[in-house]
Amino acid sequence: MRRIAAIAAAKATAALSQRLRMGGGTALPGLVAERVDPHIVPEMARRLGQGSVIVTGTNGKTTTARLLRGIVRAAGLRPVANRAGSNLMRGIATALAQAAGLDGGFAGAKRRLGLFEVDEATVPEAARALRPRLVLFTNLFRDQLDRYGEVEHVAAVWRDAVRTLGGSATVVLNADDPSVAALAQAATGRVLFYGVEDTSRASEGLEHAADARWCSSCGSELVYSAVFYGHLGHWHCPTHCRVARPSPRVVATRIEMEPEGTSLMITMPGGEVSARLPLTGLYNAYNALAAVAAAVALGIESEAIERGLGSFTAAFGRQERLTVGGRRVQVILAKNPAGLNEVLRTITADGEEKDVALFLNDGIADGRDVSWIWDVDFDLLAGKVRSLTVSGNRAWEMALRLKYAGLDTPSEVEEDTATALRLALRATPEDGNLYVVPTYTAMLQVRELLARWARQPAFWETS
Amino acid sequence: MELKLRLAHLYPKLMNIYGDRGNILCLERRCRERGIGFEVTELGLGEKMKPKEHDLVFIGGAQDREQRRVAEDLVKEKGKALKEAAAKGVVILAVCGGYQLMGRYYRGAEGEELPGVGVFGLRTEHPGPGAKRFIGNVVVEWQGGTLVGFENHGGRTHLDDGVEPLGRVVAGFGNNGDDGGEGAVCGNAYGTYLHGSLLPKNPRFADHLIETALRRRYKDLEMAPLDDRVEEMAHAAAVRLATRRGIISV
Ligand SMILES: [Zn+2]
Repeated sequence: MRRIAAIAAAKATAALSQRLRMGGGTALPGLVAERVDPHIVPEMARRLGQGSVIVTGTNGKTTTARLLRGIVRAAGLRPVANRAGSNLMRGIATALAQAAGLDGGFAGAKRRLGLFEVDEATVPEAARALRPRLVLFTNLFRDQLDRYGEVEHVAAVWRDAVRTLGGSATVVLNADDPSVAALAQAATGRVLFYGVEDTSRASEGLEHAADARWCSSCGSELVYSAVFYGHLGHWHCPTHCRVARPSPRVVATRIEMEPEGTSLMITMPGGEVSARLPLTGLYNAYNALAAVAAAVALGIESEAIERGLGSFTAAFGRQERLTVGGRRVQVILAKNPAGLNEVLRTITADGEEKDVALFLNDGIADGRDVSWIWDVDFDLLAGKVRSLTVSGNRAWEMALRLKYAGLDTPSEVEEDTATALRLALRATPEDGNLYVVPTYTAMLQVRELLARWARQPAFWETS
Repeated sequence: MELKLRLAHLYPKLMNIYGDRGNILCLERRCRERGIGFEVTELGLGEKMKPKEHDLVFIGGAQDREQRRVAEDLVKEKGKALKEAAAKGVVILAVCGGYQLMGRYYRGAEGEELPGVGVFGLRTEHPGPGAKRFIGNVVVEWQGGTLVGFENHGGRTHLDDGVEPLGRVVAGFGNNGDDGGEGAVCGNAYGTYLHGSLLPKNPRFADHLIETALRRRYKDLEMAPLDDRVEEMAHAAAVRLATRRGIISV
């Protein structure tokens, strides 16, 4: 009885908040449902005929989960998924409550698969509640240290979560990330590694001292023969302990960057998949690879994987493209140094001058500590920007960082988001491309403005 | 004699919480713009420090695991040289974890104790795993003006009698959230919890360190003023944000 009340309350809240335009109603309904019945998530998750999948990691959760959703659909399953960034327990509860009927069951329950992107720190709680059949760990970067504590702490939380999964769950791990690969030691069930083999994309050493990683077994500094981005690459421990990157079963053998996308060749036991994605940047190649690895672990055929990848459109704020006032605007979320470095590298890859707007906020969802921008290589932009607009409530901190990168005078420093966005659009020639790179809360503001200006529906109606 | 600032950067790979890189970039830029040479020696695990070869020593913050590795090496390999350097008036800037390890000891959340170098007369104790971390923007009243930064620490630092804090907390927690002090000054050694790339947006403090470091060898040093408009805007914005919103702890 209580469960029915919870689901009804959640559904009512969702409908109401959507009508009141309270931000899409992605978390509030779940909060209501959990308040009425705290057991709602485990009870409902149990009724998903295909079980649940958790996708977690610092960078790429949303895009990876979205890619996997397309694949799962192509395989004839019906995913129940939380939406765009609502990755705490209440976001999961909301998704379940909205997908269920009033009796708490699912229509077509046999083909229902839970597919949830989960915040790094929420993994233990989500794993307990969902009892997932598969957990995918993408990467572990320094991100918002003030919110999560420390990288080492997150790794320990994940290790404990993996240990409690039970032997029937599969763990899918990025072999190229030493901290993620080390989780295999805690797994009691099946482990599947994925990784990049195409070393034409690699540089030789780590870019920053901050990227250095230490051996999980003996503590020595790891050595890299190839680095793809941040600390992801081909690594090994130089000492007698011989800990090294495990050889992955799902492998990107060819990655080709194109101006508007990426083409990929991925091989796996008994098959291969090729795909063209409307996403640029090596980090997106990793996202696709991660989604394919999870699909392989779920037993999905390569033909369905290929079709699923083909159906992909970008999530809001993740390289979504809009046209506003004749300018093509691309919004690319950035929230930590490794991610932003890749974004800058992608934007400047063709060597032509670009129009760029950077938005730096310090809200809780952005990370209140903005010092991470000092670990970003803004030097990549030097000589490659036609106009540069800097905004957000930390605009002046960003302007100072850019001064240090040799970009002496950003065209505009304007703390107000709407004003800055107008200035950036005005500075971009008609038919030109404007690259908007915001932190999380800035992205929400930017997206809403652009959507309004482009007469596009708000983001919760498009995903 | 050509002017040159010789910086020793301790454990760049292990002690590098966000923004520590900005501190080095800042010292370098502010020297070069004045025609002052700049030289960095990076000293990692097992490497000895020669106190006479440096004008300024920088040590940044670290995550817990790195802090343990560093503590042992710091005391064993560099402790004596650091104390000697401090006694000679070499400028030391120790931030966050580095600040804690420059004290007498650091006692962690589980009660384990890491011995410190003892450059500063202070001790740091973590009240336990459940204790609130001090996280947020900080504004400090320092003798040369305000300092702005970001703090993120579980340990509470208490200064010995007679040891002066770097400044008084205007917004934030500081050393222990109790006595209103932030950081420590012993001679030319400065310790602080302020990271968030402390030096770029506190240009007067950066210049104070450079000037003090060089004065030992160049008596009639002139520090030309620089164009700090962007620096001052960033500084002012940080003060405004920290004092208007108050401090949010997570
Ligand atoms: Zn080893």
